[in-house]
Amino acid sequence: MSSSIHSASPNPVIDVRSVTRRFGSKTVLDDISLQVERGEVFGLLGPSGSGKTTLIKLITGIDKADGGSVHMLGEQMPKLAMLQRFGYMAQSDALYNELTAKQNLTFFGSLFGLKGSQLSKRIETAMSIVNLQDDLNKTVAAYSGGMKRRLSLALSLLHEPELLILDEPTVGIDPVLRQSIWQELSDMRRRGTTIVLTTHVMDEADKCDRLGLIRDGKLTAIGTPEAIKASSGSATLEEAFIVYGGGVRA
Amino acid sequence: MRIRALAIRIIRQFVRDKRTLALLFLAPLLILTLMKLVFNGNTVEPQIGAVQLPAALVERLEAADAEVTSYDDFQSAEQALKDGVLDAVLSLNGGKPAIELEGSDPSNTKMVLLLLQRTMSAGLPAVAPDITYLHGSEEMASFDNFGPVLIGFFSFFFVFMLAGVSFLRERTSGTLERLLATPIRRFEVVLGYLSGFGLFTLLQAALIAWFAIDILGLYMDGSIWLVLMMNLLLSLTALTLGTLLSSFASNEFQIIQFIPLVVVPQVFFSGLFNLDAMTPWLQKLSTIMPLYYGADAMRGIMIRGEGWSDIQLDVYVLIGFSAVFALLNVIALKKHRAI
Ligand SMILES: Nc1ncnc2c1ncn2[C@@H]1O[C@H](COP(=O)(O)OP(=O)(O)O)[C@@H](O)[C@H]1O
Ligand SMILES: [Mg+2]
Repeated sequence: MSSSIHSASPNPVIDVRSVTRRFGSKTVLDDISLQVERGEVFGLLGPSGSGKTTLIKLITGIDKADGGSVHMLGEQMPKLAMLQRFGYMAQSDALYNELTAKQNLTFFGSLFGLKGSQLSKRIETAMSIVNLQDDLNKTVAAYSGGMKRRLSLALSLLHEPELLILDEPTVGIDPVLRQSIWQELSDMRRRGTTIVLTTHVMDEADKCDRLGLIRDGKLTAIGTPEAIKASSGSATLEEAFIVYGGGVRA
Repeated sequence: MRIRALAIRIIRQFVRDKRTLALLFLAPLLILTLMKLVFNGNTVEPQIGAVQLPAALVERLEAADAEVTSYDDFQSAEQALKDGVLDAVLSLNGGKPAIELEGSDPSNTKMVLLLLQRTMSAGLPAVAPDITYLHGSEEMASFDNFGPVLIGFFSFFFVFMLAGVSFLRERTSGTLERLLATPIRRFEVVLGYLSGFGLFTLLQAALIAWFAIDILGLYMDGSIWLVLMMNLLLSLTALTLGTLLSSFASNEFQIIQFIPLVVVPQVFFSGLFNLDAMTPWLQKLSTIMPLYYGADAMRGIMIRGEGWSDIQLDVYVLIGFSAVFALLNVIALKKHRAI
């Protein structure tokens, strides 16, 4: 994937400023600031428990920060209307197992205001992107883990969002499928979709345009994979991660 | 229309879940049938031991449907009482009749006493009063009296459990999070649930009412439409209360734990037991129990043939309960999405 260096633009897709989130007395996110530019694949890399999901929820407006601000596409979050403009795939698959894939897609499509032939067309497109077009009428309970993950991705693509937010999109997916999902993501990126994803897998992080390293709720480094490796004097991201604050426990 | 989409999804889930459908529709019918069989069974004949009684008295007892066994001495009669063969021993103690009762079952005791007193006083000249009924009839059985309460109770109980469990599943499976990551409004989530479940509760209410009245022959003196409306209102209250309480449960078992806390106490105040016999402060508790209003109206309609003007207060109260619970649901959803 391209490694062009993005300079801070005046209107980033996502603008996170000095965000803090506490649960009780525990500070889960500590003064985090970052920008995501239009058309890039931005990865949040960190071990489990480091606060990736919490940050994603603040960006989507599902959760609210205790301090600092989050702007998406120029709008202050949380904001209900913004939920129409991005696609979100949560860490868990969150599907209605007793329904068919098509019924799941129809349901979420309707919530995004899609209907009639437009909805059927979008369902077809989204399912062919994740290569599930032949399993449309199966109940989700009969899907394998990988198929569920792909259906989950298809659901977040339904309304053709300009921004995709994916929490651990490839967790529990075999290498071949992982490859094909990354292929899809880079295709979408080429068509202009901005993608934010989280991962705790190093070789996956290498494929992002830019990375934010997160550890114990703190952003320890941000930049292209190459820049991060160079500035830490390491040959691999794994080494760089250790330089920037301890080993990976994921 | 997001509310409609949510309702359709709930209906589709229901249709695919045959077990739950059976629970919702068949279980109440089964229990009602059992209740009818148990409480409408033929009255048992009291077993009475007669110790050296005049033949005329024995004849009168037998005419009153008692099973009389004669004994020559009191000891053997008392032994039979101890063995559980008899319900009472009747003897003459120096010309004065004496009754010894088995006494462990109050309803049995009352029945035996009534029968004995009736036969003893039968010889006396008395003015037989004309008996007419303002409500009900001579044939009305206890099942007819608490049947209306049961109909309301089943609607309430099953809908409460199902709504609680399905909303809980929505939360624990993560689909609620996904749902709330779409532009749906919180009140739309609650209204969607209300309409999706509403359809099934309406069907359930109609089925239970039809079955109880037409098949089991439950006494019915009022309008079936009012019965259906009350049933639906009770279900809506159960639905909104069930989803609300499911926010405080973290698994299915904890929903079950709400049953002794929330459902069972309502049964005591629903009129199955005589409220007038309760201490006054305890009686006041009934005012916060949805089932009390539902059961009161159901009984009024079915037994006393009450119309709209008699039950409208119950209707308004139940609508009020549902509205408050629904509103609290909308607020509770804030826990899952900041807006
Ligand atoms: N709702 C919550 N209440 C309390 N603690 C939470 C909550 N959500 C997350 N946490 C804590 O915040 C930390 C970061 O969690 P999370 O963002 O899920 O990490 P990651 O996604 O990187 O694995 C963890 O220690 C987790 O226990
Ligand atoms: Mg996570």
